[in-house]
Amino acid sequence: MSVRVGEAAQAPPFPEAAKTLIANSQLRRNVRNATDIIRNKRNRVVGEVEDWQELRDAAKSIKDHTLRHLDHYLLQFEEACTRAGGKVHWAKDADEANRIITEIIQSHQQNEVIKVKTMTSDETRLNVALEKAGITPYETDLADLIVQLGEDKPSHIVVPALHRNRMEIREIFMRKMGLDSLGYQPEDIAAAARAYLRERFLRVKIGISGANFLLAESGSVCVVESEGNGRMCLSLPDVLISLVGIEKIIPSFRELEVFLQLLPRSATGERMNPYNSIWTGVTPGDGPQEFHIVLLDNGRTKVLADEASRETLDCIRCGACLNACPVYRQTGGHAYGSIYAGPIGAILTPQLQSMEHSQTLPYASSLCGACYEVCPVKINIPEILIHLRTKVVESGEVPITEKLAMKGAAFAMGDADRLSIAHAFARVAQSPFSHDGKIERLPGMLAGWTAFRDMSAIPDQSFRDWWKDREKSR
Amino acid sequence: MRAREEILKKIASILPPGREALREAEYDALPQHYQTQSNLTEEEILAVFTDRLHDYNALVHRCTEAEVAKTIKSILESRNKRNILVPEAIPVEWLPDGFEYTRDLELTYDDMDRSEGVLTDCAVAIAISGTIVVRHSVYHGRRALTLVPDYHLCVVHINKIVETAPEGFRRIENLLPAPLTTISGPSATSDIEMIRVKGVHGPRTLEVILVSPDP
Repeated sequence: MSVRVGEAAQAPPFPEAAKTLIANSQLRRNVRNATDIIRNKRNRVVGEVEDWQELRDAAKSIKDHTLRHLDHYLLQFEEACTRAGGKVHWAKDADEANRIITEIIQSHQQNEVIKVKTMTSDETRLNVALEKAGITPYETDLADLIVQLGEDKPSHIVVPALHRNRMEIREIFMRKMGLDSLGYQPEDIAAAARAYLRERFLRVKIGISGANFLLAESGSVCVVESEGNGRMCLSLPDVLISLVGIEKIIPSFRELEVFLQLLPRSATGERMNPYNSIWTGVTPGDGPQEFHIVLLDNGRTKVLADEASRETLDCIRCGACLNACPVYRQTGGHAYGSIYAGPIGAILTPQLQSMEHSQTLPYASSLCGACYEVCPVKINIPEILIHLRTKVVESGEVPITEKLAMKGAAFAMGDADRLSIAHAFARVAQSPFSHDGKIERLPGMLAGWTAFRDMSAIPDQSFRDWWKDREKSR
Repeated sequence: MRAREEILKKIASILPPGREALREAEYDALPQHYQTQSNLTEEEILAVFTDRLHDYNALVHRCTEAEVAKTIKSILESRNKRNILVPEAIPVEWLPDGFEYTRDLELTYDDMDRSEGVLTDCAVAIAISGTIVVRHSVYHGRRALTLVPDYHLCVVHINKIVETAPEGFRRIENLLPAPLTTISGPSATSDIEMIRVKGVHGPRTLEVILVSPDP
């Protein structure tokens, strides 16, 4: 079994990627502008919900309960969905999921599919697998279309093209759709997408989706969206294939009353997104007459196994933590090297990959806690970040010099006498670098600390010594 | 089948044994301290619903039961529509004379795409989020019927409007396994600079008639 999370295993470490991206001022402006708008909208519509904290508590409890009984609910879903005419497949990893989906499409002798935004398919890199098999996937979500036509990568969980402004999008659309003219307003660009995709919606025979929620009791699936491209992909094709992570399950329809209040307000700052589709297997005479669902593990059971960070699987992919994160707002999503960016990406990506890759991601945070505060399912992201940092250190991927330095620091700081001896040494050692009580450049491996800021020099007298002198002179 | 067994075995090895006996009691004890009932009067609920629909750029009309056909007539006339799609079980008393109505018996998607619009009823409406729920059936039409046409005119009886999401969802939970769609305003996107743009792939215009009982 090989877990793959997009191209995260090949991505450069976060600090390296971030350095390049921070230099792109246009991108930073776009990200800042978009996240400002979305945060303000979110704060306004969340502020008007008096029982917001009670809803968060309920959501967290439901998710934790479901994970504690994950096998029961998955089996219940499988049985109910099968009874309703759906076909349930299970996939251990990305390759297996892609293979199952490709084979279904080939068994219908089709060479194109329409897709509604699914992060999970980005995780498995389904489009690459389909293209290799000679199948053309058409992304239909506006942002995904911008990413696909721009030969770009998604930078945000909810708004994958958030790093692009309207001028850039307009240019991509004109070039790739072969348009001679196109207006500058978002309305004009949306209209171009409508015209471009309508013929495909009416023609293509196979649709591919993800899902926001699986309802175990009834075997139903719920997809949350705005543009109607989701409804098109879910309703018009003859065959529908949904690729869904096993953690997306909830016990029953009843719980939607909680999640469908939390998700739209957190994700796009709307009281409700324009469309939610809920369907159960196959309905004779309405919609696809063949329905497949692929339940994907791809590392999720490994996340489940670590009780300290299990709640990572509670995530409903609203993206609120990205918009709130001071680090994400500076670097944008591409720095995270994964389709899952921001604070949730920093904890999810390394765990899915068994901490074998993306080891710098748990450090891509100032631990300010803004992500925890906005999370609609109360995932304690800062605590998990620290837990994962411990794992990184324990896994031995830290340079030996850093390990020795940390050990030395622990020894010196563990005792008052040792600390004052260390201070005395440091005062001598810093003298070539300090001027007027400031250190502007440190040497060697310490240089990183002073690359963007000055450091205060260690003063001539410590507080303890000053206190002692003061007591003596009384 | 191997993946299924492996995944299930792995989950069972991670989670503690004996859980199953506790599951139902645990589920029943899940906290539910959020609002599940309305605090508002009927008029207040109507005002909230109308406000939310306006916020989504949906158009709202009000009339009594006896005035439904008359109201539909004036809306269709003002929009110059002559032929409207309707689900099989649309109440005939709603349909004013002087227009053509095409019942969705064997319409193709292309027929729907070329149509002037669709007229339907709904199952329930949630005021706080401006949401209408349609139950796909002979009553509110197949899924494609309220999707492919560019114009949706929806009749909402005020006894179907509730204030909160829990009230709304609890009213329709017994409608499963019929496919359900919740509709909150015309289709929209915020994908370009997070600015909400009305009208992408679903109907670009949503018009709602709120119907009170006859006095």
